[in-house]
Amino acid sequence: MDIVFFYGLAAAGVLWSYTKDRKKTKQSMKKAWKAFDGILPAFAVILLLIGEIMALVSPAAVTAVLGANTGVSGMIVAAIIGSVALIPGFIAFPLAKTVMDMGAGIMQVAVFISALMMVSVVTAPMEAQLFNRKVVLWRNGLSLLFSFVVAFVLGKVVG
Amino acid sequence: MAAFKRYKWALLLLLLDVAVYFWNQSLGISIFMQTTDSFMQMLSFIPPVFIILGLLDTWVPREKVVSHLGPGTGIKGMALSIFLGLANAGPLYAAFPIAAVMLKKGSSLFNVILFIGAWATLKVPMFMFETQFLGGSFSVTRWICSLIGISFIAFVIDRLLSDAEKEAIYVKHQES
Repeated sequence: MDIVFFYGLAAAGVLWSYTKDRKKTKQSMKKAWKAFDGILPAFAVILLLIGEIMALVSPAAVTAVLGANTGVSGMIVAAIIGSVALIPGFIAFPLAKTVMDMGAGIMQVAVFISALMMVSVVTAPMEAQLFNRKVVLWRNGLSLLFSFVVAFVLGKVVG
Repeated sequence: MAAFKRYKWALLLLLLDVAVYFWNQSLGISIFMQTTDSFMQMLSFIPPVFIILGLLDTWVPREKVVSHLGPGTGIKGMALSIFLGLANAGPLYAAFPIAAVMLKKGSSLFNVILFIGAWATLKVPMFMFETQFLGGSFSVTRWICSLIGISFIAFVIDRLLSDAEKEAIYVKHQES
């Protein structure tokens, strides 16, 4: 169902763009290809890794560290990984699904995803150059807290 | 040769898979099945995501929008800042240079922080990925929560900073 929606959206977009400006449409397609080509090597790696993880790591191990009954401690582990890691979403989401299929809890995965996207320890110096240290500390700190809030909401709504 | 270099890690892992197959046949087959499975799943929805990405990139006029994000632009400025952030796909650090331009052109600090937040967590292509892998109820719930969350965070930080601190940030980005 999602697939039909995505292809429909893309087709509508291209059609709209084409009627407005052919050159821009062509340019868009070129950019699309360039972006796709750019992430493909990293993508191939993650696909292979997922295959290996699923075959080699036991679901019991995942459940022990990130399972639903690990509660807050599992969430803290997930938050730390998410804050420190610099993984693009293209890779994080398939990975999240893999660990969830293997027994990770929804709240633990949700904390990981939100922290990964909003908290960025590695790029904090860059961010401090843009604003100042106070802004960076507050933005990342509040984002980290917020990751837990989102996880609890998701646990209630989806879990 | 360049292609070989780009895919060296993938090739290495592939080699590892082959080695595993010779060491333990059933494990090798199970790896192979899992990998093709996720590969097919990926191929089935990635093309439209990237097409939308390309369209957003050429049709969203960043420079023009930025000059409408100053203090006092209210809801319209907020909506534009969020839109600027979500119509993207790059990593967070790719947002910083754009945020610097926003500051230089006088966008309010609230709007710039909102933009960073939207870029970090509301991006449309990522939302599509998330929907595909974790399901619509997960992605939609998280998206709505995040929208509220980033607005709240931007508001709090805006309140926490004194006028002098804000001024100091703008001074850093002034054209010399």
